[in-house]
Amino acid sequence: MPKIEEKLIDKDGIRIGGRKFNELRPTKIQVGVLNNANGSAYIEQGKNKILAAVYGPHEVHPKHLALPDRSRLRCRYHMAPFSVDERKSPAPSRREVELSKVIRESLEPSIFLEYYPRTSIDLFIEVLQANGGTRCAGITVAALALADAGIPMRDLTVACAAGKVEGQLVLDLNDTEDKKGEADVPLAYMPNLNAITLLQMDGQLTLEEFEKAINLSLEGCKQLYNMQKEALKAKYVVLKEEVKE
Amino acid sequence: MSMIIRVKQKQIAQLMAKGKRLDGRELNDYREIKVEMGVIEKAEGSARVLLGKTEVLVGVKIEVGKPFSDTPNEGVLTVNAELVPLASPTFEPGPPNENAIELARVVDRGIRESKAINLEKLCLEPGKKVLVVFIDVYVLNHDGNLIDASAVAALAALLNTKMFKYDVEEGEIKVKPGYTPLPVQSYPIAVTFAKINDKLAIDPWLEEEQVMDSRLTITIEKDGKICAIQKGGTGYFTTGQILEAAKIAKEKASEIRKLVVKG
Repeated sequence: MPKIEEKLIDKDGIRIGGRKFNELRPTKIQVGVLNNANGSAYIEQGKNKILAAVYGPHEVHPKHLALPDRSRLRCRYHMAPFSVDERKSPAPSRREVELSKVIRESLEPSIFLEYYPRTSIDLFIEVLQANGGTRCAGITVAALALADAGIPMRDLTVACAAGKVEGQLVLDLNDTEDKKGEADVPLAYMPNLNAITLLQMDGQLTLEEFEKAINLSLEGCKQLYNMQKEALKAKYVVLKEEVKE
Repeated sequence: MSMIIRVKQKQIAQLMAKGKRLDGRELNDYREIKVEMGVIEKAEGSARVLLGKTEVLVGVKIEVGKPFSDTPNEGVLTVNAELVPLASPTFEPGPPNENAIELARVVDRGIRESKAINLEKLCLEPGKKVLVVFIDVYVLNHDGNLIDASAVAALAALLNTKMFKYDVEEGEIKVKPGYTPLPVQSYPIAVTFAKINDKLAIDPWLEEEQVMDSRLTITIEKDGKICAIQKGGTGYFTTGQILEAAKIAKEKASEIRKLVVKG
């Protein structure tokens, strides 16, 4: 067991940072933040700062990767060297390769890829600052970048983690809670279709705890889903006001 | 998806709707599992596992190395997987691709999170010298469900691993004659399901993997807790399907564990 120097949850059930067990970190989302990309979005979830950009659908390079019946979704999850305490080499780590794969697979079910055969949709997620839960925040912001690029989708994918810290199930773990806690369950979800498109877990949970953790993450997903929709609308409200002037 | 695979998917899905499979198994049947330990004499530990026609060889090597700065009192565990080109026409030579990396990381997660190896016992000199356990997964024949086969093989190889005996004298490590077993304290078993047309089948073989919508691996440690999960593939699961799979995984894991852990 890891040694716990300071309590992560106090006697009133308040976590470090002042949150309750089912409370998300303060989250800000913005859509359409980059000029060159077809779609882009930015999220701040606690100390996480993540940018996502979408290019495409466009011609695939190299050409032999083109699929005859649908578009090829490509995804790169990448962390900036300065995003963590100790400098991270900019070369893609094994963790980043795995996360790129699971993030791509979490978003693919939401996109009508069959509308754009022989093309590719390239998605780039850049973690500028990481403080736990970046794969989930990355998915939440990437779905918005895809929507901003005008790519037809079945639903907005949204992601959030739940975990176990000092014997208690909590929502949206930060870095300290993740490292010192007993378990972490990241999950991505399409609320309108009731479909879970990413599920991972590390740590140790009984079946009962696991079920509770899933339900807790789903609650978090639903809250974030509303913020996603608000952020998407906000972009167009601003445009309309500009037109009035 | 090619035309042939589409035809196959229809056939497999129709069978699964009736609770049957192309190779005659039922939805919750594993293929036959054969475990052979100590097949490579030069490795500190090794095991060869046959899961139906899927064949995986795992070798464990132990070396002296440096600990990570955040865990100065613990040995180091690394898992690597090679999808050797001789195992399948779809495997190509070169550095591990995302599938090989995912395989290695899922096997790693099961062993690490269940605390299968007591890493504190592998510390030679805090902050300076520890034992490094290299687990190398070598896929020799690909007929589906590499994760479960590799996880069983890795566990069997660890149980079969002998460390050298040593003394630490003035910062120098003196190797003594004789060997001691690796301190293994939990037995994680991975159980994988394939989802095809809204039905789940355990231990998918190659033809099922080619047509599956998505994949779910649940790793169970020795006292029945879940210690790792990985969803793969471009489909989705419902909460109900996941919880049902977790229940079945717990049962199956204890059956498979008996093949590796005697007594």
